[in-house]
Amino acid sequence: MAAPTIAVRQAASGRSRGQRLSRTFRDYGSLLGLLILLFVMFLPFLIIAANAIKTPQEYAANGPLTLPAGLYLTGIENFWNRVDFTTMLINSTVISLSVAVLSMILSLLNGFAMGIGRIRGSVWLLVFFMIANMLPNEGIAYPLYYFAKFVHLYDTQLSVIIIFTVIQSAFGTYLISSVLRQFPREILDAAKVDGCNKLQLLIHIVVPVSRPSLSVFFAFSFIWTWNEFFLPLIMLVSNSKQTVPIAISVLQGQNFMDPTTTASSALLGVAPCILFFLLFQRSLTKGIVAGSVK
Amino acid sequence: MISTEPKTRKTNSLDKGYWVFLLPGLILFILVIILPFLVTIGASFTKWNGVTTPRFIGLDNYANALNDAEFWASFTNNLKLMLAMVVLPTILGLLLAGLLFNLVAPRFGHRWASLFRAGFYLPQVMPVAIAGIVWGWILQPSGALNALLQTVGLGSIAHDWLGDPGTALLSIMGMMVWFQVGFPLVIFFTALQRADPTLAEAASLDGASPWQSFIHITVPQIRPEIFVVVLMTTIATLKVFGQIYVLTRGGPGTETLVPSYYVYQNFFQLAKVGYGSAIATVMAAIIIILAAVFISVQSRRDLSEDF
Repeated sequence: MAAPTIAVRQAASGRSRGQRLSRTFRDYGSLLGLLILLFVMFLPFLIIAANAIKTPQEYAANGPLTLPAGLYLTGIENFWNRVDFTTMLINSTVISLSVAVLSMILSLLNGFAMGIGRIRGSVWLLVFFMIANMLPNEGIAYPLYYFAKFVHLYDTQLSVIIIFTVIQSAFGTYLISSVLRQFPREILDAAKVDGCNKLQLLIHIVVPVSRPSLSVFFAFSFIWTWNEFFLPLIMLVSNSKQTVPIAISVLQGQNFMDPTTTASSALLGVAPCILFFLLFQRSLTKGIVAGSVK
Repeated sequence: MISTEPKTRKTNSLDKGYWVFLLPGLILFILVIILPFLVTIGASFTKWNGVTTPRFIGLDNYANALNDAEFWASFTNNLKLMLAMVVLPTILGLLLAGLLFNLVAPRFGHRWASLFRAGFYLPQVMPVAIAGIVWGWILQPSGALNALLQTVGLGSIAHDWLGDPGTALLSIMGMMVWFQVGFPLVIFFTALQRADPTLAEAASLDGASPWQSFIHITVPQIRPEIFVVVLMTTIATLKVFGQIYVLTRGGPGTETLVPSYYVYQNFFQLAKVGYGSAIATVMAAIIIILAAVFISVQSRRDLSEDF
């Protein structure tokens, strides 16, 4: 008697892995409904992809709804060469990777001081970092633009890297310090007995133990920076310095952007993000929940 | 005499002195966020074109904003956008999470639930400007939506969705529901894993329908997460910029103007830096108030969970 009850309970709570409830006709109906909804979610991407690989003639003759007759990559190639997409990919990668690494280090230092060190005023500092994290870019944009010109960092990737290292680490500080607050005290006591200094404690004990949280933050920091729009749009005016989203956006409406080229440009903007999504999927799912402060 | 002091403290060296680690972060924060923000607030009390010396004019910019139709249009549009970015995604996310957690996961397995969850979340990893370009392509006069309407015989509805004052904002709202829904879904799905299933089971033993027990038992249990989602998406709504930049530039007229884009215009197109700063300050003030509410509720909850 007891065993089936537990199985049912586990299944009903959605936690079972092996045992499943029997399915009714209505269940299949719901699944079908969800599949249709998922298809609708993907439809914009599918339409863009289908038209990016059409020839301009095919598009002119058949319109946007037909499936492509073949794989015509010249449109994508043309856009790629025209905007020097390789450079955009390198720019975005350099900026996002630098920010992800630097903001992780900065968050770790802050989190170490506040979570392990529990320095006085930690709570208020955390409030300070959280509010800074939520502050709209518009509230800091003009002075940053003005200062950047003043110190000759305007239109350099370094300016964007510095700014986003700080902005992303606001969230990282919150995440890492709350994780380190739960750090097992026995390990700290052991480190103390062994005569460890703070730097050793940080590098040899805290970093290895908190690696999962650090990698979650790394994934988020990277993707957020890749997707940033307002500040990079202001800071990076030369085409050769722009990131992928900025370069593609500022080109919309140009003369050479016929419908199939525009579709190609959108596809090139979407493609790297799908790659990151697949790469970071595990970290993302964990982080969205922890990161619900952003 | 003084030099002996560090030695006596050596055994406690891990107990204090962590301030040093906070210094780089704190200095960078002050330079990159706090100082520029204070300058923006300061500039909001001046008339400044970004080139000549700013001239102090007190609260004039704020007074002008109150009589500025574009200022009000931008915030009104923002309120309307909240329907598409806060209300609908929260409700849809709740329903989808409930369906995935209570039906798909137990009856078809976790793989299906994860697949759906990931699929609905996908738009969230895109730059919103790129998502805007994808939708702009579909919504253009000769685009996929109008072609589709013509094929199914609804050609009379087909028109320039983003160019028509009557449908420009609605089109952007439609896109934003699509863009946002994954965020509440993921948060709520995780929240449901935390919720106590025995309460819902007890309700169903008492004859409650799955729908009733979801609404009356499960939803109240995940109220904290609903609160987080509503607040976060509200803040996100205030920051809307990229999709407006690529799709409509605020037009036609002021139909799709939002505060963020209006600030951008004032800063970089109209050379009204002082006025733009005032609007930016208003935006920041709203967000700081929302953030303060969020933090105080959050910290009260942390306390109540500890005891």
